[in-house]
Amino acid sequence: MKATTPTQDLMRGIWRENPVLVQMLGLCPALAVTNTVANSLAMGIATFFVLLGSSLLVSLLRHLIPNEVRISAYILIIATFVTVAEMGLEAIVPEVHKALGAFIALIVVNCMILGRQEAFASKRPVGRALLDAVGTGVGFLIALFLMGAFREIIGMGSFLGQPLFGPHYEPWVVMILPPGGFLTLGALLIALSWFQKRRAAGAATAAALAAEGGAA
Amino acid sequence: MGDLFWILLSAMIVNNFTLAMFLGLCPFFGVSARVETALRMGLANIFVLVLTALCSWALNTYVLVYAPYLRLISFIVVIASLVQIVEMAIKKLSPTLFRQLGIFLPLITTNCAILGLAIFQTNRGYGLAEGLFFAVGAGLGLTLALVLMASIRETTELSDVPDVTRGTGLVLIIAGTLSLAFMGFAGLLSAA
Amino acid sequence: MSAEVTPSPEFDEAPPVSPFKLLGTLGIAGALAGLLLVTVFQITQPSIQAYKAKVLRQAVLEVLGGPQEYETLYVVDGALTNELPAGADARALEKVYLGIDEDGSPDGFAIPAAKPGFQDVVSLIFGYDPATGQLRGMKVLANKETPGLGDSIEKKAWFTGQFAGRSVPLVAVKKGTGSGDATEVDMITGATISSRTVIKAINEALERVRGMVDAYRPGAAGAGGAER
Repeated sequence: MKATTPTQDLMRGIWRENPVLVQMLGLCPALAVTNTVANSLAMGIATFFVLLGSSLLVSLLRHLIPNEVRISAYILIIATFVTVAEMGLEAIVPEVHKALGAFIALIVVNCMILGRQEAFASKRPVGRALLDAVGTGVGFLIALFLMGAFREIIGMGSFLGQPLFGPHYEPWVVMILPPGGFLTLGALLIALSWFQKRRAAGAATAAALAAEGGAA
Repeated sequence: MGDLFWILLSAMIVNNFTLAMFLGLCPFFGVSARVETALRMGLANIFVLVLTALCSWALNTYVLVYAPYLRLISFIVVIASLVQIVEMAIKKLSPTLFRQLGIFLPLITTNCAILGLAIFQTNRGYGLAEGLFFAVGAGLGLTLALVLMASIRETTELSDVPDVTRGTGLVLIIAGTLSLAFMGFAGLLSAA
Repeated sequence: MSAEVTPSPEFDEAPPVSPFKLLGTLGIAGALAGLLLVTVFQITQPSIQAYKAKVLRQAVLEVLGGPQEYETLYVVDGALTNELPAGADARALEKVYLGIDEDGSPDGFAIPAAKPGFQDVVSLIFGYDPATGQLRGMKVLANKETPGLGDSIEKKAWFTGQFAGRSVPLVAVKKGTGSGDATEVDMITGATISSRTVIKAINEALERVRGMVDAYRPGAAGAGGAER
């Protein structure tokens, strides 16, 4: 494995290897609960908490867990943190708990979390594992926030419950319904891919110009 | 009986697990390139879902009454172990069946549809019969979504789509359209 | 995975760890996880229960429209009782709530009901007064109907407000075409199925429990009749 700097560990998950937009992990919550900004943020924060806790523990225990049972041990750790998060949410903000419903429990099967444990936290010291967890968690939060904002603004004409467009705006209700989730993520991915293609084309043109200039 | 029928059709069509509740997306995007594989994945899913319904009913009735906070952990551990045992049994008893379905079994265990079924079954207080109908409905719904998706993807592979949409973007837009189509079934099973 | 074919690949692997060590590790991890969960459960449970009780109380008192106290009754063997039968699980039993006014005398029932709607099950609670045969109020507790159309059954005050004072069985009519009869309930334009679901849920639930409600004599089931 290539050595990375702490900054790379932190920044990688946020954009270049964004769990949702680039790696296509954790799609289930990203599509299911992003119908409003508030729900997206709550889900992002809950997942962040679970990821941070599990990475910390897995990294601390990495020399103690035998290789043969590591996946079971990771799942046990993750499930514990998810249960803690679920009970905490229900006790502190019951309305949010009701809105997210079964999808809080489903954080357990978010492949993003298990993936980070297997690929990173189980092999690195605690500090690096935490940086990586923060980066990935923030990246997940950003992706969910983008989707939630897009869907709420178009589908309800509001942002965090505040009406934006006045009473004459006819909300595009389908965006906060299930199809809106698929369409929003699809549109986001296509937009990203368009940007990348453009940048690649731009870089190619620049390189060609530079080569021309060098030759002249 | 009417209720059981409603549970089955609701999980299969109106509240389709994949297209309306976003459960089981990994196989939906990962194994939906060919109709044949999609169909087999769907069948394996029905099988595991029914096992899950049995398991979670037993856990809910006999164990979790005393320790509700162990719900998630025990669901995951018990379902994963059971699927592995069944996988070994199938491998021994019927190598043909194993080649058809077996390779999908480990993939399915960590699929949100499985845990989702167990959790929804618990939250709604379903008994054994209701749970089984729910599982069969959910499995059929998954299979339906997978096969539809695969048949559309087989066609789009050869068609001339804009370059930037190639890949997951296009699949998501197709999924959105399918989900939109399934919304048309709402009201099908309602009281009126 | 190497492409090299070895007859028995297990000889190439690291020496196997003893199964007892594996079991031990998982056992310790499981015990620690259990301990943590029990602790958090003990800390959070009181506020979770308190919130659930508060939500239920608000809904019951709202649809009873008057009484400030209520008593939980369980449906056991086709009759209502205020005492939980020995060994029964309270969560598995159907319940109705008996309103109790300031003098301690019974005043109306709050009855939960549920029925499949446009998308998924709509659950609600309504207040019913056996003395007059009229409804006291209706509140939708949970629905997944279309936002902006079907979910008006929960959010539009003119719809939820019209149930108070209606006689049963209810009759659904298109808004503005009613003859003014006391059984008529206006449906929401664009949400006919959702509106009709609410009306049918109430009619069916009443049909089921009306006999029990009329037969119930507070205090008859035991000395602690009016206690909560």
